[in-house]
Amino acid sequence: MMAGKTRGLFWPVVLAVIVLFSFFISAISPYDPYTIDPLSRLKPPSLTHWFGTDNFGRDLFVRVALAVRVSLSVGAAVAVVSGVAGMIIGLLCAWYRPVDRVLMRVCDGLFAFPSLLLAIAIIGVLGPNIANVVLALSLVYIPSIARVIRGAALVIKEKNFIEALHAQGASSSRIIWLHLLPNVISPFIVQVSWVFSVAILTEAALSFLGSGVPAPMPSLGNLLLEGKAVIFTAWWMTFFPGITIVLLILGLNIIGDNLRDRADPGLKPLPRHVLRLLKKGARNV
Amino acid sequence: MKRYLFHRLLALLPVLLVVSLVVFCLIHLAPGDPALVILGNDANPENVAALRQQMGLDKPLFIQFLSWFGGILTGDLGHSLFLDTSVMGLFLQHITPTLALALYAQTLALVLGITGGVLSAWQHGGTTDRVIRMLATLGMSVPGFLLGLFLIFFFAVQLRWFPVIGYRSTNQSFWLNVWYLTLPAFALGLRIAALIARMTRAVMLDVMQEHFISTARAKGVPERRVLLQHTLRNALIPILTICGESFAALVTGTIVIESVFGIPGVGSLIVNAIERRDVTVIQGIVLLITVCYVLINLAVDLLSYFADPRLSIDEGEHS
Repeated sequence: MMAGKTRGLFWPVVLAVIVLFSFFISAISPYDPYTIDPLSRLKPPSLTHWFGTDNFGRDLFVRVALAVRVSLSVGAAVAVVSGVAGMIIGLLCAWYRPVDRVLMRVCDGLFAFPSLLLAIAIIGVLGPNIANVVLALSLVYIPSIARVIRGAALVIKEKNFIEALHAQGASSSRIIWLHLLPNVISPFIVQVSWVFSVAILTEAALSFLGSGVPAPMPSLGNLLLEGKAVIFTAWWMTFFPGITIVLLILGLNIIGDNLRDRADPGLKPLPRHVLRLLKKGARNV
Repeated sequence: MKRYLFHRLLALLPVLLVVSLVVFCLIHLAPGDPALVILGNDANPENVAALRQQMGLDKPLFIQFLSWFGGILTGDLGHSLFLDTSVMGLFLQHITPTLALALYAQTLALVLGITGGVLSAWQHGGTTDRVIRMLATLGMSVPGFLLGLFLIFFFAVQLRWFPVIGYRSTNQSFWLNVWYLTLPAFALGLRIAALIARMTRAVMLDVMQEHFISTARAKGVPERRVLLQHTLRNALIPILTICGESFAALVTGTIVIESVFGIPGVGSLIVNAIERRDVTVIQGIVLLITVCYVLINLAVDLLSYFADPRLSIDEGEHS
């Protein structure tokens, strides 16, 4: 696709630009994301309003930038909460058999739910606000992290050095937190990075359904919900938030893929003679 | 084989128990009196008391769970708090559009995904492969509802080829039904097609490394036959497994897509129930969808188990 050196840099740079805009938007833009200006409602993109304005006359560029910040914050909060909880649960399950039996059954049960559905139901009962969104999404993603950590920790547990630690009289908690934990960090990071990007997507879907981040606070999902109402007249209200989500998720996915490849070099490239044969075959057919 | 079936069904029980426990707990998740939560804080005390009685909230928690669980086993999921219908009745009313959409989307995803994956594996390393892989990565990064909005914008608003929103039942006309469901099905299916294409490619490449493929090539079997008969046939089982898993993913996908396109399916039902805070409907529908989801996953596992003789041989050695 791209030349060797720049290839790994393109998406990090795109992400960095989006993140920088989202965090320093108030310093560079004269507009406030919440001030209503009826006179300039639904203006198409122009030099004064780069992304146009919404149906309350608010500048869409500022709103999208703020929405990115909100979505990233929700994703990060979910990644941290479910990461910490998943790590603790996973390690405890790997170490203590009785804990494993109970907690893993609960995790299996939670895992059985389609994630968006469980999140919708929790927020539907608790009411939509940003804390409940984080709570619901964290609950939904804890089992996936706990399972991965448990699996990785079970492998480490069988290693000789753990037995040696036992023989030296190290306490269980010492082994768990000082020796198991550092050894499962690499699958942990991969899994948490996945939760981060999936949480952003799920939050967008939740907000789009009206049970996520409540208005007037913008999030990538509820901007699209507002855009849907005026899709006949104001394409920019769907287009710009949409493109932003796609760039954000695409960037996160590609970076996550690279991370995963580095952690687990799964499919090796085919040997050269097979490739040659394949190419030859392709020409023959 | 019977043993395996028995084990799988037995493993289902704790999962379903936890699922129903979680769904039951939903209502108690909110701080304060559930009846007050449902009716709002300024409801008059008589209504609250009546609702408490109707929902059995005045009994101990354990008894409440037992009676609720007993209801589930007999197919009674309670009544909607706002509509004069049983939850089961509502579910059955709304299931047809959802199923139609899911089947349509799955068909699209299968055709596009497997074709794309096979092409990609065949041309592996070439331009076609790159283009397909790029499209697949892009497809997996576009949320279904966003794709839906883009499709509406281009094909319904600009080109006017398809209706913007709405649903026509097959009772009126089968083709009208298909026509109305086309954009939603693409919005729902493309992401899954991308997933299937990626997996198909990976599995095909995996199989291509096997010795029997080299043997076939060495014997001079034409490349097309190597690809379609030797490779694809052996790759088919993992591909089918992925398709099954993706069918489960469709179940959640429909919730959002239905709300984009105004299709009166189960997804719209639950979204409306949340707007009204109709807790019994939320509980019941979440439970029903999750049970379907679990059963679909089980069916897929069983199918791939019975389809792949190697798995049953392994099992035979263990037992």
